[in-house]
Amino acid sequence: MRLLPCGPTAVVIEVDSTDDAVRLGAWLRERRPDGLVDLVPAARTVLAQFESPAALARLERELQHYEPGTTTVATGRLVEIETVYNGDDLDEVAHALDVSVSELIEIHTGLTFIAAFSGFVPGFAYLTADHPLVRLPRRASPRPRVPQGSVAVAGGFAGVYPTASPGGWNLLGHTNAVMWDSGRPRPALIEPGDRVRFVAVQPAAQQATP
Amino acid sequence: MIEILATGPLCTVQDRGRRGWAHLGVGHSGAADQPAYALANRLVGNAIGAPALECTFGQLRFRVEDACFVATAGAPCPIDVDAGPPFAHQQPVALPAGAIVTLRAPTSGLRTYVAFRGGVAVAAEMGSGSTDILSGLGPPPLVVGQRLALGADPGTAVPTEIAPLLAPSTDPIALWPGPRRHWFNDDTAMLLTSTVYEVQPDSNRVGVRLRGPALAREFAGELPSEGLVEGAIQVPADGQLVVFLADHGTTGGYPVIAVVDPADLPRIAQARPGDRLSFRWLPHVVGRV
Repeated sequence: MRLLPCGPTAVVIEVDSTDDAVRLGAWLRERRPDGLVDLVPAARTVLAQFESPAALARLERELQHYEPGTTTVATGRLVEIETVYNGDDLDEVAHALDVSVSELIEIHTGLTFIAAFSGFVPGFAYLTADHPLVRLPRRASPRPRVPQGSVAVAGGFAGVYPTASPGGWNLLGHTNAVMWDSGRPRPALIEPGDRVRFVAVQPAAQQATP
Repeated sequence: MIEILATGPLCTVQDRGRRGWAHLGVGHSGAADQPAYALANRLVGNAIGAPALECTFGQLRFRVEDACFVATAGAPCPIDVDAGPPFAHQQPVALPAGAIVTLRAPTSGLRTYVAFRGGVAVAAEMGSGSTDILSGLGPPPLVVGQRLALGADPGTAVPTEIAPLLAPSTDPIALWPGPRRHWFNDDTAMLLTSTVYEVQPDSNRVGVRLRGPALAREFAGELPSEGLVEGAIQVPADGQLVVFLADHGTTGGYPVIAVVDPADLPRIAQARPGDRLSFRWLPHVVGRV
């Protein structure tokens, strides 16, 4: 664990893996250090922002109590995402993995993903799972517009685009699930720490899930 | 009620922003120049968090439909008043119903805050009425013809004095080392503080883009995205700096060499395209540069 300076009231804590970042983020969120403004777990780091330099200094003492090996992450909710597998890159991804499209769908629906962190746009959760499918590289050039609800994989993560946006991930399918609604008590359908499974549905059967 | 008659290039509602949601990808947003925003509110007796207008490069015109108190702070604009008493920047004024106020282009700086006693009444989204131009949260930017309600009178005493206007500082902007300072060698760190950077026209509330000598990294590797703070100075692949403001994304994938001292952030928020900025490392970190 390395503490990287980030101005007078914040620190970037660097760890060795995404799993470690998830674990440290969950541990810090649970301890809720005094004066904490925001906590941003990411791929290899957790950013902790405080109200004052004094609160930041207290964190450094608090971190001495952190034992990565013995800290377990409380398992988050299980979120199921109904997905129509009709993505533009389905054939290409199946080809890259040397499987058929139906085998690819079985692989994707068979994995239980962990939401490691969120970013990019509100409600975009970076989902991790240990499988070559997730490790496929990004597309050579990003699409100017990826439709809202696109279910995608790239660069070590799976995800669902909460809104239409530019994007370079490989598109497997589409969901009607509302990934983000700032009027809900829990605005993000998937929060860091949640477990996520994708469920294959036919286009007609798909319903908007709250 | 007030009615917007002209907006200038961009006029939004801003307050202290959204805290505590960054882990879901929601940035802080809020007034880019917080001290100026707070001063405008104080001048009309509002609590610090009351929503006010953030007017970019002046040219805002509005009509007050009911008598109200108004004050401006931040970038000083010459102010014209029709059907009401004249008033100066950073001077609270009681406007009669029907008065029309025009902010001309600021004489220096970029963002002017217009506070109304009682605050501008907008629906809060995730605890704030601020417009976040990156995520789209909060009310859309103001448009001509829009009418805005004002909040209840706070019941405080109305200040009557003008706040003194300080000359803008020309000192170099103070820097803390950033989380990826070690991705750059000491010569590069010195280059950052020994040259002048020009503010680029594609700057906005997300970040201020600077042009100057490109900063080269020591490592060619990809940086996995990591959390960003306001004031972070990111060095993209082309070596040209971006200083993040209120609407920055919660994470970024380029190394952050330095973080602007919070006391100097308002100067970044007030820098206009074409302005020149220079930097200095804070004295207590000089030994580490």
